[in-house]
Amino acid sequence: MSTITITPIATFRTDDPYPFCPGCGHGPILDRLNEAMIKLDLDPAKVVIVSDIGCSGLSDQYFTTSAFHGLHGRSITYATGVKLANPDLEVIVIMGDGGTGIGGAHLLSAARRNIGITVIVMNNLNFGMTGGQHSTTTPEGGVTSTTPHGNLEHPLDICATVGVNGAAYVYRGSSFDKDLADRFVAAMTTPGFAMLDVWDLCTAYYVRSNKFTRAGMEESMRSWGMKPGLLYERQVTEYATGYRAAHASIAGTAVAGVRPVPVEYAHTLDRPMSLVVAGSAGGKVRSAARLVALGGLRSGLWAAQRDDYPVTVKAGHSVTELWLAPNEMPFTAVASPDVFAVISADGLAKAGPYLSAMTSDGLVLTIPDYADLVTDARVVVIDPKSAPKRIPKTSLGLVFLSAALTLTGPYPMDALRDAAGAGSFSEVNLGAIETGIGLAAR
Amino acid sequence: MTTTTEPLRREYVDGATAIVRGAIDAGCTFFAGYPITPASGILMAMMRELPKVGGVAMQGEDEIASIGMCLGAAMTGAKAMTATSGPGISLYSENIGLAIMGEVPLVIVDVQRLGPATGGATTVAQGDIQFVRWGTAGGYPMIVLAPSSVPETYGLTAKAFELAERFRCPVFLLTDKEIAMTLSAIDVDEYPEVGVVERVEKDAGLPYAWEPSDAVEPMRRYGEGDPFRLTGSTHDEGAYITKNAEKVGALNQHLIDKIEQHRDEIEIVDADPDPGADTLVISFGVTAGAARAAIARLRSEGIPTSGLVVQSLWPIPETALATALEGIDRVIVPELNMGLYRREIERLAGDRDVVGVNRVDGTLITVDEIAEAVR
Repeated sequence: MSTITITPIATFRTDDPYPFCPGCGHGPILDRLNEAMIKLDLDPAKVVIVSDIGCSGLSDQYFTTSAFHGLHGRSITYATGVKLANPDLEVIVIMGDGGTGIGGAHLLSAARRNIGITVIVMNNLNFGMTGGQHSTTTPEGGVTSTTPHGNLEHPLDICATVGVNGAAYVYRGSSFDKDLADRFVAAMTTPGFAMLDVWDLCTAYYVRSNKFTRAGMEESMRSWGMKPGLLYERQVTEYATGYRAAHASIAGTAVAGVRPVPVEYAHTLDRPMSLVVAGSAGGKVRSAARLVALGGLRSGLWAAQRDDYPVTVKAGHSVTELWLAPNEMPFTAVASPDVFAVISADGLAKAGPYLSAMTSDGLVLTIPDYADLVTDARVVVIDPKSAPKRIPKTSLGLVFLSAALTLTGPYPMDALRDAAGAGSFSEVNLGAIETGIGLAAR
Repeated sequence: MTTTTEPLRREYVDGATAIVRGAIDAGCTFFAGYPITPASGILMAMMRELPKVGGVAMQGEDEIASIGMCLGAAMTGAKAMTATSGPGISLYSENIGLAIMGEVPLVIVDVQRLGPATGGATTVAQGDIQFVRWGTAGGYPMIVLAPSSVPETYGLTAKAFELAERFRCPVFLLTDKEIAMTLSAIDVDEYPEVGVVERVEKDAGLPYAWEPSDAVEPMRRYGEGDPFRLTGSTHDEGAYITKNAEKVGALNQHLIDKIEQHRDEIEIVDADPDPGADTLVISFGVTAGAARAAIARLRSEGIPTSGLVVQSLWPIPETALATALEGIDRVIVPELNMGLYRREIERLAGDRDVVGVNRVDGTLITVDEIAEAVR
């Protein structure tokens, strides 16, 4: 039996010295990260350091791992994409306090999702690279280049924010913590989202402007109620792994594909026919037009429909322009419909251009309320109240289209019945079709 | 001799469905987007369908997160797509720049709606033509494909993936509310053949090369082979940040040349020349439907008219346009904006008359309006 000696990687650091100012805490934090990766004996090829912008954004160049240095505040989004694409990778975000402001929504969402990344916030309480401006974590009263008379904003408690919203591991400490490497190890080995809010001194700006010291920093944490230490630790399902588990049962099933409509009837059209229905949103106008189109396809016709409606879902107008054509035609708007159904006040409000464009060859179907509408087309009034059964509003579109097809006969009504029978709500729709046929016969 | 009639094979389908199918058939494995009318149908279908092929679909907390996730996934081996409308493209802007700088393949679908700001969410327009071209800092080349029918939408979606891999860059699929949401009967045999787009990869060595300046280096993938870097800052071939003028100049020239020197690989048009015509109708997207119908009507009236539907809007297909303009005196450019593509045609048309047919009221340009402009 032979013994294999495994030599852990001695360092994940390149030979280059850090570019940080004398006394800056960023270097020591990165050294602790290096120690943590050594302790975990990570494969540098399986580690991606995603860095943000600012002084923290320089960090990734000093490691031998893979790196993604993107845009300000967006590091967490790239890290999320990496982890989602390959949950086996160790993904570490290095950002500053600036990133927690501009990228606050990403920080919060990553915590809620519990995506399995480790976020190290090098929190030096101001923007160090761009001239010492105030950030989300600048203390109240703190003097910076953009708060020369003292900061009036309350500092963001990053830990509380991600902690109360589900993060698996939340730690607050400083670059001086002796056990910081172990905290990094714990964060990286905890499934789910881990964040470490690591305070450090910006010797170029915040220290100078506020006579800030290590002791002052530690006192500040206490006096502002921002406790140091391990603040949250919970068992969670890591998102990228959980996503795969949640979808395992459909993995490998067929993607929704092409399903040709069977053709079992013959149409009577020798030129394109246009139908427009002007009704109300929530009235299933689009669905009714779709059934009429599918009836056309079942009769060997081509079809296209353009739906127009406002942003409201079940309020306002719903107008559908529908073409039925014996030959393939490019899609175009309907200017002067052959058949126009106006079935509600919302629809009437949109009817003007169609009505005025129609000629005496056209057919308008409408309800008794609009019997006197002005158009050159032939107007046929259909009274829904004369139907044997009350017609729900959601069936009115299909009732009127069925009546229109009965009066104009582009294809057999059985084709429409088949289309309705093959779709959702078939019983209701089949009833509406018979009602429409009956009303047209009067 | 016997004749057989092939059974009709038609489906009733919208462009959003064609985008989803085209993407999955081209090998898309990652999608992230944020709800926005009229692009939400693509997001919802991707959430439903992509896990079936082992892919991942996400609804981001905003558009910025959505495209950011796509970039991270794309660098980890995924073929990624996102979809939005004009307001979302505004938020994509900075990450479009990162995709250019980091040379990250990505397909971006813009389902255009009307106007600036919130505009008309459910209203058709073609106002993003110049926006998608120039929508990020620096003015670097952008590939933009614009389908005009459901089968074209399917094919060009897959083509967008192919070009994104070929040139390692973001590629726009520029559609609009009607292209994405209008239902139409499609002969299923009209769909072009689409195959999985294979990524050219390597597992060691520098992630970038720009010697010669149009070189496109095989992709790296996080977690495979040696560690490597990506940065959005000006960088050397190893993606280390540099301000060395020679390196920076070579990098930026490379980002231009890799596309500009290969415009012939990107040009896609549907040319319909009429030998006797002195008028040419140039159209794209939803407006091409009315243009094709107008040309057919004019010809039936004995008025020769040539047509050109531009599918590769950017880079401008100058070779195809030059060919189409031969023997032409007048050019008609219908578009649902006030002349945003016409200005490009005017630049290439010499002393020919270039006439716009334009609408920004949310209604479609009609067959009559185009036919009248030709007459």
